[in-house]
Amino acid sequence: MAEKILEIKNLTKKYGSQTILDGIDLSIDKGEVVVVVGPSGCGKSTLLRCINSLEDIDAGEIVHDGHKIGMVFQSYELFPHLSVLDNITLAPIKVQKRDKAEVKKQALELLKRVGLLDKADSYPRQLSGGQKQRVAIVRALCVEPEILLFDEVTAALDPEMVREVLDVMLDLAKQGRTMIIVTHEMQFAKAVADRVIFLDGGHIVEEGKPKEFFENPKTERAKKFLDVFSFDDYLKDGEGI
Amino acid sequence: MNWEFIEKYLPLYQKAAVLTVKIGLLGIVFAILVGLVCAVVLYYRVNIARQIVSFYIELSRNTPLLVQLFFIYYGLPKIGFAMSAEQCGVAGIAFLGGSYMAEALRSGLESVEPIQRESAKSLGMNSVQTMRYVILPQAVSTSIPAFVANIIFLLKETSVFSAISLMDLMFTAKDLIGLYYKTTESLFLLVVFYLIILLPVSLLGSYVERRVRYAGFGS
Repeated sequence: MAEKILEIKNLTKKYGSQTILDGIDLSIDKGEVVVVVGPSGCGKSTLLRCINSLEDIDAGEIVHDGHKIGMVFQSYELFPHLSVLDNITLAPIKVQKRDKAEVKKQALELLKRVGLLDKADSYPRQLSGGQKQRVAIVRALCVEPEILLFDEVTAALDPEMVREVLDVMLDLAKQGRTMIIVTHEMQFAKAVADRVIFLDGGHIVEEGKPKEFFENPKTERAKKFLDVFSFDDYLKDGEGI
Repeated sequence: MNWEFIEKYLPLYQKAAVLTVKIGLLGIVFAILVGLVCAVVLYYRVNIARQIVSFYIELSRNTPLLVQLFFIYYGLPKIGFAMSAEQCGVAGIAFLGGSYMAEALRSGLESVEPIQRESAKSLGMNSVQTMRYVILPQAVSTSIPAFVANIIFLLKETSVFSAISLMDLMFTAKDLIGLYYKTTESLFLLVVFYLIILLPVSLLGSYVERRVRYAGFGS
């Protein structure tokens, strides 16, 4: 039995009269990689934001027993006035009061691992989107979180840069990190996930092993959603609209 | 132009210039502090404090410095706050400049994307750390052009100090004109000294503007 690291009970979130998340129950084990998919507006991002206390919740509870949570955003959100290295070391040094030299060493090792050692002294504006996002991941890692949240981190990237970011995330999964990933990259989801959650209308409509979910979705809603990503029908009959 | 006259009274202008710069800069330092506090109050929408700050800003921006100085110099002693003329000058510039600095910095603060705050929070920073290390540096760099314009404006506003009998540049020029009727020479010196003070500020300002224009990085 794996150790439970995060438990969400009956989570409900409303914006005004609109219910975004409607009684979500979810528990995450240590080392598990959970991918959350679903149509836009289904509450995926809101779920992550609630877990990270960026949103107040209206009902239910989120139990993480003091486990530290880190988050990577779609729009990177690096600090533009700081160099790459300072972006990474700011929180460990100023918030966690850790030793400067030790933090710097760790930051450089992580940068090396994602292939950006030579960018340590660059500023965010000098980097490509994919490079910025890899820096953002390193920055999140450097505060040593036990749970990592990824909110559509490749959605703003050019296709050829998507891969370099996904590779970093695959590497993290291999290291046994606990991750909750919101993404539209279905092939990636299939490869990285231990479990897939399909969210629609604020409910968990379906969840299961990635192979099961992507090849034999149980619900109509999930089937319809997954069809959007496939061009099989078009290729089959070869006719236009 | 009577150069002998100019040479004779040059030291008087030098002394006045020192006084102008001293009171002006001291006032500006306080103005920036007042502005910082006000801008942060407005940015976080702190209740009650925000209403007070808004009232102060309207009062300060919609009354002339001359009136403010009269109030500080002649009015405050009546309720037991007597200050020297120099202190009144500093207080006047701080009172007037505080609101301008507040508005400059507030627009800088608001130009920082709110998601940067979330990003900082996700790294474990509290709101003071977020303000100090993330929001303020970006806001200040955006506000630099407005700051420089305000500093130049405030230094020029010191010319009304003569009304509370501070021997600043304007006072000196008016005095000499009154005493010797050397209008051309007195005014020539006045212009030259204002330029000596303000041109370097202006040039330094453009240099700093160019150096810290990093607010758009990252996006």
